[in-house]
Amino acid sequence: MRTSRALPGEARAAFLFLAPGLSIIGLFFLLPIGASLLLSFADFDIYALADPTNVRLSGLANYGALVRDPLFWIALRNTCYFVFAGGPLTLGVALGAALLLHSRRARAKGLFRTIFFAPYVTTLVGVAVVFRYLYHPRFGLIARGLHALGIAPIDWLGDPHWAMAGIILLSIWKNFGYAMILFIAGLSNIPETLYEAARLDGASSWQIFRRITVPLLAPTFLFLGVITAIGYFQFFAEPYVMTSGGPLNATLSMGLLMYKQGFRWWNMGYAAAISFVLFLIILAVSLVQFGFAGRKDA
Amino acid sequence: MRRRPGTLLLHAALVAGAALTLAPLLWMISASFMSPGEANSVPPPLLPARATIQNYRELFTRLALGRAFANSLLLSSAVTLVSLLLNGMAGYAFAKLRFTGRDRLFRALLAAMVVPTPVAMLPLFLLLRSMGLVNTYAGVILPAGATILGIFLVYQFARALPDDLLDAARLEGAGEWTIFRRIVLPLLKPVLATLGIVTFLSTWNDFLWPLVVLTGESRYTLPVALAILSGEHAQDTELMMAGSVLTVLPVLILFLALQRSYISGILIGGVKE
Repeated sequence: MRTSRALPGEARAAFLFLAPGLSIIGLFFLLPIGASLLLSFADFDIYALADPTNVRLSGLANYGALVRDPLFWIALRNTCYFVFAGGPLTLGVALGAALLLHSRRARAKGLFRTIFFAPYVTTLVGVAVVFRYLYHPRFGLIARGLHALGIAPIDWLGDPHWAMAGIILLSIWKNFGYAMILFIAGLSNIPETLYEAARLDGASSWQIFRRITVPLLAPTFLFLGVITAIGYFQFFAEPYVMTSGGPLNATLSMGLLMYKQGFRWWNMGYAAAISFVLFLIILAVSLVQFGFAGRKDA
Repeated sequence: MRRRPGTLLLHAALVAGAALTLAPLLWMISASFMSPGEANSVPPPLLPARATIQNYRELFTRLALGRAFANSLLLSSAVTLVSLLLNGMAGYAFAKLRFTGRDRLFRALLAAMVVPTPVAMLPLFLLLRSMGLVNTYAGVILPAGATILGIFLVYQFARALPDDLLDAARLEGAGEWTIFRRIVLPLLKPVLATLGIVTFLSTWNDFLWPLVVLTGESRYTLPVALAILSGEHAQDTELMMAGSVLTVLPVLILFLALQRSYISGILIGGVKE
């Protein structure tokens, strides 16, 4: 390896090339992460914001308050509901779309792929506003569609039992295209000869799917599962725009609670504690992936 | 030509899926041309009885969404340009320049990627406040000026550049900056195109940080302005749909034009907004 032989000219150049980017990341990302941990152990509220000498270290007080705060548990439960219902549904729809598009008999694949992917690039706030109206129990297009099927109108965003389902539906619509692209890539990496051999042995389509497609897609599943969970754990804009966390806190997410505590009520120490709990959950999910990946390498 | 029923079913499913996927976007566009109040009737109309651009006129005059549009365009372009340059330089340095501790530094940087950005947000706000950067464009551009993911993407691509080419240029007495500018940058074009479109779209679509740091109406980006308007004008369906079109359509068009670069970004780096 040539990396061991450091040349003075190159080292100086490397320093100059790295300095601007790494300074920005250090100052605006790494430093704040450390400060956030500190903040979560401090009594930092609106008085501290006005005059920093009011800040007191408070140990684990913020975390203690968190555990006693019913809103925190509601937000945690809602967030888990969103991740563990919305995540698998998103991947399921994505896999379905990918299988359809991967079929050799499918025509106009490029066009369909573009259409299915398009929602992913749209502005979340923009489409959340659109879905608010689509969900209207009287004037919404979805009520009209359900009516045509003989289903009574649902007050999607006004009913605490349905509000989270409404947000999950929006998220599936918006995100399945991303997972679909990666599933298609995973499917096309499966050698055609495996399928041919299985067919020669008289395997049914279901057996082929179950015994060849699913096992060979496992790495894709794992990657998508983790990355979808990480993204979904942080959901914020959907309830902010569509429900403000209501009705009756049915769609209050950890992200929204952190925002409200930190930037609306300026309980920044408390909000930092929420953000760290969220971080620990996300870290645990990432470690699951590393654990699996490591076991495969071994 | 004989069609098997399976083929027919396959295409029926594809067409139905495409219709469901497009319906919200098509209705958004259609409703944005309806007269005020028209969308709120039973049964809800699919097309405007008489198309009007009145909603758009109102967005740009009374609601001054033109300003938010300009802010979004300015910030997305600036973040894209700055981060392309800084991520490009850093990614290339990690991939090709030899210095002690390089691999350790790079691994440490990658490890920090597991921390989700909202964790840094509260102290970042306090930091920018002490620097006097709250409610300034710099408050959005500076923190986004370089990203670990961006550096990683460039690094992966730049590793494949031939060392001989760079060493030959050095032997001829070219300085490191000249080599970067004249040889490396042109060769990095594909990955910079990918990173550029991904960065532009994610900055345009970003909501949480602009909402936090841009506190004055004259600085709002489109998503922030739209979210706040949608609270005040909840009943004005047609007007809000025009606002959504103005927010969503530019990124959709940009994506359609540069689709290949964008999708390759997803495939190489698992790029996620």
